[in-house]
Amino acid sequence: MTTVELGALEQSFNTVVEQLRSGLNPGEHFTLTLTSEQSQFTRFNHARVRQTGTVCDGILRLKLMHDQRSSYQDFPFTGEVDIDRQEAQQVLYALRQEVAQLPENPYLILPSGRETSRELHSGKLLATERVPSTILPAVADLDFTGIYSAGLVIRGYADSMGQKHWFATDTYSLDYSLFTDQGQAVKGTIAGSEWDQSAYTAKIEQSREQLNRLTKAAKPMQRGQYRTYLAPAAVAELVAMLSWGGVSEASYRQGGSCFAALRRGEKKLSPKFHLKENFTQGLVPRFNELGEVAPAELPLIVAGELVTLLISSKTAKEYSLNANGATHDEGLRSPELAIGDLPSDRILAELDTGLYVSNLHYLNWSDRPTGRITGMTRYACFWVENGEVVAPIENLRFDDSLYQFWGENLVALTNVQEFIPDVGTYEHRNLGGVWVPGMIVDNLTYTL
Amino acid sequence: MPTGSMITKLTHLLSTLDIPADWVGLRATREASTHRSARDGMPETNGTSSTSGVMVEVLVQGQIGYAATNLLSAQSVRAAAEAAYQHAIAAKDWAIHPTPLSARPPVVGQYHSPRVKPFDVLSPGEINDVLINICHTLKRSDAIVQTTATAITTETESWFVSSNGSEVYQNFLRIGTDYAATAQAGAIVQRRSNNGFLAHCYQGGMEYFITPHLWDRVQQVGEQAVELLSAEECPTETTTLVLSPDQMLLQIHESIGHPLELDRILGDERNYAGGSFVKLQDFGTLVYGSPLMNITFDPTVSGELASYGFDDTGAPATREYLIQNGVLQRGLGSLESQGRSGVAGVACTRAASWNRPPIDRMANLNLEPGDCSFNDLIGSIDRGVYMEANRSWSIDDQRHKFQFSCEYAKLIENGKLGKTLRNPNYRGITPQFWSSLAAVGDRSTWQMYGTPFCGKGEPNQCIWVGHGSPVARFANVEVFGGGA
Repeated sequence: MTTVELGALEQSFNTVVEQLRSGLNPGEHFTLTLTSEQSQFTRFNHARVRQTGTVCDGILRLKLMHDQRSSYQDFPFTGEVDIDRQEAQQVLYALRQEVAQLPENPYLILPSGRETSRELHSGKLLATERVPSTILPAVADLDFTGIYSAGLVIRGYADSMGQKHWFATDTYSLDYSLFTDQGQAVKGTIAGSEWDQSAYTAKIEQSREQLNRLTKAAKPMQRGQYRTYLAPAAVAELVAMLSWGGVSEASYRQGGSCFAALRRGEKKLSPKFHLKENFTQGLVPRFNELGEVAPAELPLIVAGELVTLLISSKTAKEYSLNANGATHDEGLRSPELAIGDLPSDRILAELDTGLYVSNLHYLNWSDRPTGRITGMTRYACFWVENGEVVAPIENLRFDDSLYQFWGENLVALTNVQEFIPDVGTYEHRNLGGVWVPGMIVDNLTYTL
Repeated sequence: MPTGSMITKLTHLLSTLDIPADWVGLRATREASTHRSARDGMPETNGTSSTSGVMVEVLVQGQIGYAATNLLSAQSVRAAAEAAYQHAIAAKDWAIHPTPLSARPPVVGQYHSPRVKPFDVLSPGEINDVLINICHTLKRSDAIVQTTATAITTETESWFVSSNGSEVYQNFLRIGTDYAATAQAGAIVQRRSNNGFLAHCYQGGMEYFITPHLWDRVQQVGEQAVELLSAEECPTETTTLVLSPDQMLLQIHESIGHPLELDRILGDERNYAGGSFVKLQDFGTLVYGSPLMNITFDPTVSGELASYGFDDTGAPATREYLIQNGVLQRGLGSLESQGRSGVAGVACTRAASWNRPPIDRMANLNLEPGDCSFNDLIGSIDRGVYMEANRSWSIDDQRHKFQFSCEYAKLIENGKLGKTLRNPNYRGITPQFWSSLAAVGDRSTWQMYGTPFCGKGEPNQCIWVGHGSPVARFANVEVFGGGA
């Protein structure tokens, strides 16, 4: 997208904002959020193109608040000033009719800040028509499958108090898998704002080498407890679970948090475990749906001790707490799990005998109050004996409590982190990701 | 915009496109949904979402390119068509399989969801009043720490025209409702809902919101949440398992639906949702389960969530057996996937919205009833566990090893339902599990549910599916309880 085209989108957004501000009745407040993208999606299977196309989309969410009542409406954002302005006017009118019919919400939060921000991150992405011919020759001899997603992503915010945020970034991600004839696979992801052909080639070569280690017949494993190394991508899956009935203060208050036992002092986590929100990389907007800006860093768990959960302004009002910049759903937006002291070249030696698990799949709570999570091993996972890789394994199901694998059974965390990008594209392309190290745990329980 | 007007507009836009394609299709969608919820007797969410746009598909020398835009102007659609054409040109030498024109058949027709009471029969305020009252009614004791109630309505219209003469209009009314109570006693927390989170999803109107036994059921859900606090843990043993239709919803979905999707078997999904333990050569021969197992793809069931007349490529939808008497017959695959695989499929190429390309999906996938009454099915069990309502789900990327948990269970002893059990879980391996299907309930036990949360695809797509099932009994299943 050109600078002029991006400017036109921002101009249309600004025009809608000004119109809404000038059209409010006394006592009314609003917030307006924008989610917009111009994305290319090219999907691969067997090193060929399965589907390829482009999506231009934008959604505005206008929330109207009046007399302790509120409602929102999502409507298309096209970037055409006249269309967007007219649509916004109709939506404001419709919301006014609806809000008057609704019951009061005693915990309604009105926008109150004075924050503004504007961040533009331009990139250097592959030209649309060059994607197949750039990506596929390097993997033509491989069973390569995955998706290249790229383009402009915009997040915007404005409200009746004069706050305004604009965040626009060009990004790409190539999320792929390589398969052996026997169905064993290696996962790879590269992401950023500038396509780097040499980095891509190097990444594929690295994956190719990993794939070669999977050519031995898979070893069937008996259920039981195994010392296990969980690579960063696997750890990222575990961290992601904490946004679902974990770090939310409201969830804790309403019986839904796995950390209730930690807060009550009934369970402990390892002093090696440190979790925080870290926005200093600038990969995701710090503002939330009320325009509030989160702290650059927010420690949640330090040395195994719970410092705070994520507290939105609504939760803060309901339970007489102080908010800490969280979004309404109180999920992690830019999580970081701290490193430990295990050098990468000592992973196998420290593991000694056990399982090397590169990825996990399809996690869910098997018993949330006790922190028990189940899921499957996926991709390149190996049986290791005496610090040497013996053979890939058949997929195993684990079922264990985070109070075990992040508690007394946590042996070591690696002394480097990896950034695991969020490549999710439900409804829109996600931003950001998670910074995590790998970790070795004792006696991880495998059940099937 | 009236149906005919949109078809006329799209047809006109189609005629103005100047690209040397072998085929062009325009699929416009407009969707309006309302989401209303209450929590602990207070309004939690009141919102409306409107989305509209057009997906342009272009077939050039066997390769489809697509471009989607939310601006339905002539200029924007022309730009989208040009972009789609360029995608096709750039990819045609790398196509995984040449897509024939027959994958986009010409078809003319309409479909309308059944409806009894329109969505506006209740005002937003009245809907909030009902949701708040549900919360109050759910709170049967001070041990209940959270109550929730939700109603979601959606109207979706889609118009499909193509250069080979298709003209399809479909109008869907969908409604989903949910309510739940969470009870807590110290470290013990139990959540009970109305048959699982948003399991009550149907095609239709407000008749699915204020149902005849609503308030009795709300009371029961609240009481059972409290009851679970003092219930025994589900025992750890291998035993007879009886699943109610609200858990069969999940069991069918995860261990039959997904593994039978032809695009998974062809490898398209291996980087995200996963593959399948089913191979192309298995169709027609694989014994998937016991002879009692009859699975239909049935988009014709009135009121079931994923009924439709045509899929999103225009293929007419018909009822078909996927598994008959336990033997695998056909897959969940589009005309494209059928051409790639040589396996018989169904009309199931669906897109989550205008901004996603259609892929192989489930729609309504049902276990057909058997001939066993509920009492007979339970009465012949010496010891077992009866489970209701899904709470947790996890299955591997080949759809082989699964572990599911439910909200509520009863111990079965000497042919009768006995004491209540909490934290019921079970695990198994798909072919062995379905081979252990020992009894299937009759039509009187058959219930249909749905979910709006079926996810797959790259880019990701979340779509609605329906599942109907009778009560079913399985032999020799590992069950277990909670705890660290």
